[in-house]
Amino acid sequence: MELNFTGTDICAINGTRSAPETHYDIVVVGAGPSGIAAAIDAAKAGAKVLLVDENPVSGALMGNDIPLYFGGRMTAATQNTDRMLEAIFMSMPALETAMDAGVELLLGTTAWGVYRNGPGVASLPQQVVGLADSERSWLVGFDKIVLATGARDLAMSFPGWNQPGVMGAAALQMLLTRYEAFAGQRILVLGSHDLALETALLAQARGIDVVGLIEVRDTPQGNAELVAKVAAAGIAIRCGQTITSATGGINGIESATLSTGDVIACDTICVAIGLIPSIELVDAMHGPRALNATRGGYIPAGEPSVTAVGDCAGLADSGFDHIAYRMDWMRALSDISADDTIICQCEEVTRADLIGVQPPNYLSRPAPMCARSLDTLLQDGPANPDQIKRLTRAGMGVCQGRRCRDQVAMLLAIEADKPFGSIPLASHRAPVRPLPLKILAEWDEPAEMDAAWDVWFGIPTQWVPVEDLNTPYQDEHRQMLYTGMYT
Amino acid sequence: MSGSEVVIVGGGVTGLSAGWWLARSGVKVTVLDKFIVGWEASGRNGGGASHYSSPLFDEEQRLWPQMDELLGYPTEHQKGRILIAMTERQWEQYRFIAERHTRLNHPVELLDVKQVQEAVPLAGDNCFGGVHYKFGGHANPQRSVQAYAWALQDLGGKIVQHSPVTGFETAGGKVTAVKTANATYGCDAVVVAAGPQIPQLMAQLGVNVPLAAARAEMIITEPAPMMPLGGVDGHKIYGRQTLRGNLAYGGGPHEWLDVDATGPAARPSTPLARNLAKRLAELLPKAAHLNVIRSWAGIIENSPDGRPIIDRLTSPDNVVVASMSSVGFGLSPASGHAIRDLVIDGKCSFADIDILKLSRFDNLESDWREKRGWMPIS
Repeated sequence: MELNFTGTDICAINGTRSAPETHYDIVVVGAGPSGIAAAIDAAKAGAKVLLVDENPVSGALMGNDIPLYFGGRMTAATQNTDRMLEAIFMSMPALETAMDAGVELLLGTTAWGVYRNGPGVASLPQQVVGLADSERSWLVGFDKIVLATGARDLAMSFPGWNQPGVMGAAALQMLLTRYEAFAGQRILVLGSHDLALETALLAQARGIDVVGLIEVRDTPQGNAELVAKVAAAGIAIRCGQTITSATGGINGIESATLSTGDVIACDTICVAIGLIPSIELVDAMHGPRALNATRGGYIPAGEPSVTAVGDCAGLADSGFDHIAYRMDWMRALSDISADDTIICQCEEVTRADLIGVQPPNYLSRPAPMCARSLDTLLQDGPANPDQIKRLTRAGMGVCQGRRCRDQVAMLLAIEADKPFGSIPLASHRAPVRPLPLKILAEWDEPAEMDAAWDVWFGIPTQWVPVEDLNTPYQDEHRQMLYTGMYT
Repeated sequence: MSGSEVVIVGGGVTGLSAGWWLARSGVKVTVLDKFIVGWEASGRNGGGASHYSSPLFDEEQRLWPQMDELLGYPTEHQKGRILIAMTERQWEQYRFIAERHTRLNHPVELLDVKQVQEAVPLAGDNCFGGVHYKFGGHANPQRSVQAYAWALQDLGGKIVQHSPVTGFETAGGKVTAVKTANATYGCDAVVVAAGPQIPQLMAQLGVNVPLAAARAEMIITEPAPMMPLGGVDGHKIYGRQTLRGNLAYGGGPHEWLDVDATGPAARPSTPLARNLAKRLAELLPKAAHLNVIRSWAGIIENSPDGRPIIDRLTSPDNVVVASMSSVGFGLSPASGHAIRDLVIDGKCSFADIDILKLSRFDNLESDWREKRGWMPIS
């Protein structure tokens, strides 16, 4: 086959991508207090500003604990988008200030990926953020992006945690305040640091029966003033204890059993052990991250394209070592968890199978497979959570690892007998929120994209059957299956 | 060669399969990898195993159904593929391919729309028809790569991760040792199966291996109900339904890159995920509501004609170089066998692989990448 080359590979990405629909001087992701303040400041300085916030998210997403760990304890009111939008405006009067200042505001709009040229990619027309609402996705160009994505709940596993009614403190606070849509009545709180104390006080003030706080360490961990307030409110803090199991029925949690043997009736167990800065977008763009124990975990560390503000840049530093605290909880919960305790709810990965690096239960486990474990894997080099994720499927589900990523990292550190930070966190990947194919799809893609589209590289000699080489069939093959790449 | 020592540079699927085959023959194998086994394209691809254009095809087909048993670990291999046409032009092309298969005695069946939907319930009635390959199949790349690695260890082979190769020691027209930053591994033979890093490594031995690297991307959805046949291609995308139910798909334009000797600095995915999502929603319209939960990219290399290079050099004469030219995973059971044969016997025992010799590029023009437009975007 005579091939004459044109100097152009028409199946390459070059020049095929769509330009962003719009361009802003500044895009702010997250309309909490920090994001709104950043947007207002920029607008007042004369910038063209877009402020997006994913809330209100759909009921289906909330059911998958996105973006917070709602634990199925939201009322039907959260299904009403208009009511939810109104609730957001009512609870955040600064949103109107921002709009008055000229900020363009999009609620119910998720930022699912940030992309810029750099190592490994040079084909983007400009740096963009991918946005999506309930109808479609689109790309927006920006000069500067400000992430104000807040912090999310740290979930912790124990026997029975994988049923409705086990939820996070940030989710509970959101349901109690902004949405007034919490479906529980009687809560047990895990933790006694400021987050747990504040959550307990808030819940009680909203008429919820707070049956107590459980603290794995020997003393209450939060600041003395909050501890005193909780005591004054008549809420017990049970120190030096842990939860050992939760039982429930069709509607979820009904009781919790403690390490003392006490059984406490409750319909909700609020895991208030910690918050995780929401670094998904920075991490998915391979921006640098750093572990900061007093600021809540991994935080952005100098990605030049991105400014992080508020909790996603790190929790307020009170000197408290969040990592050491979480690890104390994880060790205690790990000690009381049976082998069949689920760690990854989406993929139903048990503690034993995670530590054993065993495949999911729909695959066979021949003897050599059963002989493998984290220990044998560690003999080959340091543990890598992405490798373990691929083998066990922990973190591979529809919640995108929100419920188990951090605990898997902690468990692996404990099992490998290494400090938490020595084992990296499993990576985040775009889209950092689950997006239906029909929403993510670029339905009106440029003609250039379709023209360049081939199933693989479009190299005409790559797929000619070896039997057909140097026969008339090879030219026929090329003519039928390839057009234009080579003349 | 039983008892001799072979060092394999590159713990991708090709190097690992070669190592496993050699270990089965009693060779002492050490696989050196710059990071973790299967971390690059070997663990990031579509998992297809139906490469009828290759001289290794028959061996690929013979081996895959046995691999779980031979390796001792699950690979998730599943048999059969369907190619669904979404346009009249695709239907014409796919029928052409079906005719080729029939002529080559590969069992295929043309399916009408109803038959397509029976095998692939997520397909819609908007397709033109399908071609059912009653051969080929697919497996889980990540699990399979690890299976090779573990099976190799079970046979006494060694895997040394986090150890990029920095150079070679040669004497008397042979490579006598392979060097990393921390150690030197003496050897009787070497297999260089380092993917996009092959050219830089082989240049140290004075051998020119023409390869160009590019980035390709994939997306994956949340699980869908299991379909009778999960190996669904067509509409210019490739992929599979995993045994968990997820739909993992790739295809579309690639971006040519320069890759450092130490490997790619990053493997960024891009908004191409949207164009993949469009085509997957068209190919399987009843899956259009499914959430996409990840995207990723991989860096793969191609030779100037897109065909593998599997060759034992004449100088140094104890070196086998192996690049599968962007199509390595599915063929891995057979490529490893071929490499084993070249290392031990100097000749492939089961197929004529002369067309994969490096010497076919002896007269290649020095500006071959420019001529093909295989250049990074400047």
